Amino acid sequence: MRAATHDHLYVFSNLIAKDFKVRYRNMSLGIFWSLLNPLIMMIVLTYVFTKVFPPTIENFPLFVLIGLIPFNFFALAWATGTISILNNAALVKKVRFHREVIPISVVLGNVIHFAIQVLLLMVLVAVFGAGINRHWFWLPVVLGLEVIFVCGLALAFAAFDVYFRDTRYVVESANLLLFWMVPIFYSFEQIPEAYRLFYELNPVAAVVLACQKIFLQGASPPHSLLIKLALVSAGSLAAGLVIFGRLKKGIADYL
Amino acid sequence: MSMIELQSVSKRYHLHHGRLLLAKQVATRLRREAAEFWALRNVNLRVEAGETVGLIGANGAGKSTLLNIVAGVTSATEGSVQVAGRVAALLELGSGFHPDLTGRENIHLNAALLGYSRRQTRQSIDSIIDFAGVAEFIDEPLRTYSSGMTARLGFAVAIHLQSEILILDEVLAVGDQAFQNQCIDKIHAFRRQGKTLLFASHAPGFVEDICQRVLWLESGRLRRDGPAREVLAAYSQSLAGVSVASV
Repeated sequence: MRAATHDHLYVFSNLIAKDFKVRYRNMSLGIFWSLLNPLIMMIVLTYVFTKVFPPTIENFPLFVLIGLIPFNFFALAWATGTISILNNAALVKKVRFHREVIPISVVLGNVIHFAIQVLLLMVLVAVFGAGINRHWFWLPVVLGLEVIFVCGLALAFAAFDVYFRDTRYVVESANLLLFWMVPIFYSFEQIPEAYRLFYELNPVAAVVLACQKIFLQGASPPHSLLIKLALVSAGSLAAGLVIFGRLKKGIADYL
Repeated sequence: MSMIELQSVSKRYHLHHGRLLLAKQVATRLRREAAEFWALRNVNLRVEAGETVGLIGANGAGKSTLLNIVAGVTSATEGSVQVAGRVAALLELGSGFHPDLTGRENIHLNAALLGYSRRQTRQSIDSIIDFAGVAEFIDEPLRTYSSGMTARLGFAVAIHLQSEILILDEVLAVGDQAFQNQCIDKIHAFRRQGKTLLFASHAPGFVEDICQRVLWLESGRLRRDGPAREVLAAYSQSLAGVSVASV
């Protein structure tokens, strides 16, 4: 009934800039925090799995980082996306705009950190690892699909979280579980045959496996994996938009 | 052409008494025992282009709910709502402002959410800052602003939007006398351009200054709808009656 006249690019850039500025304005180290976190995790995991346990994977620090960075992005974007509507309750209750932009802008805000971390990873792989190869062209495809996948989840769970405030804790627990169920500090080859199907169905594991393929083996990810990932990501976004669309009518009344 | 048309609009809220746990929610849904509260009941309203309409009534009468529905931030449970044209709504002062962002950054954020394009914002940002009278502090974080300054900024952004309908909910009370006069001038200018204003207030003086027509809401129902002077007189009479009766 009312024409949507919003300049969406302007809305997104403002919301993303807001989150970014609010997060870093009062920090003296600023954006370096987003690099420090995965590096610390890398050091700890490397210590545990090469000094405490016998080493099984060569170039372990790089291997871990390749898994950690896409996983961290997924976990953070999903968790912050889930609480995004509640965190912006004042806005949602009093200003009319497409509410979808809130969870999506939170995910895109996380993409900034993700991109910085991936750049760091590329430098490290180029210097200490297999070097640069033409299969790096697959990276934007694989990581882009991951972003689309998370956008769908963030939309659906942000809407759920308004009605059931427990949702955020479900997401936290799921992320905790997922950290162990994604081949970050062990390789796919080490997984017993019987459990491999579970990994093949898990989009986050698929992204990590694809990154390992590209960075460590200098090969393109298997086409079957790419097709599955593309289908799951498109399905996730579509489902997220539908769920959010159906639930958004009552959101302002429940905040 | 009518700009706003409400036909038998009702709005129901569920009272959940703080219970939002999944199990309880499911239980109440299944047993259909959720307590309800009707914030609006069967409201019919037609506002023509260029009208300035004031909303009066006690706290909880449904003024804000009505404005929220017209502004599109919440939906009616029953009835139909039609709004023609672009709406600028200022339902709460400083909604959409973030205390850690500067005044200028907040103008951009708020403008984007209200529906300005980047180009429009660039064109009007100087006159917004000028109108709000906060030029000196525009690059300071908003948390350093007084509530009056925040109010000025919020009003300035909303009034500069090229909208056909302006909705204001209790937002003029915070500013000082000079700013209130400034706002009234701006609202009159807005009206002279043939635009529509919907305005809720507890200040009868304001309503009489600004509005030709007044709606009196009582417990979610439209009790009276007519010329400002008449409805305001009836309203103050009923208030006097209540206070006499309670003595």
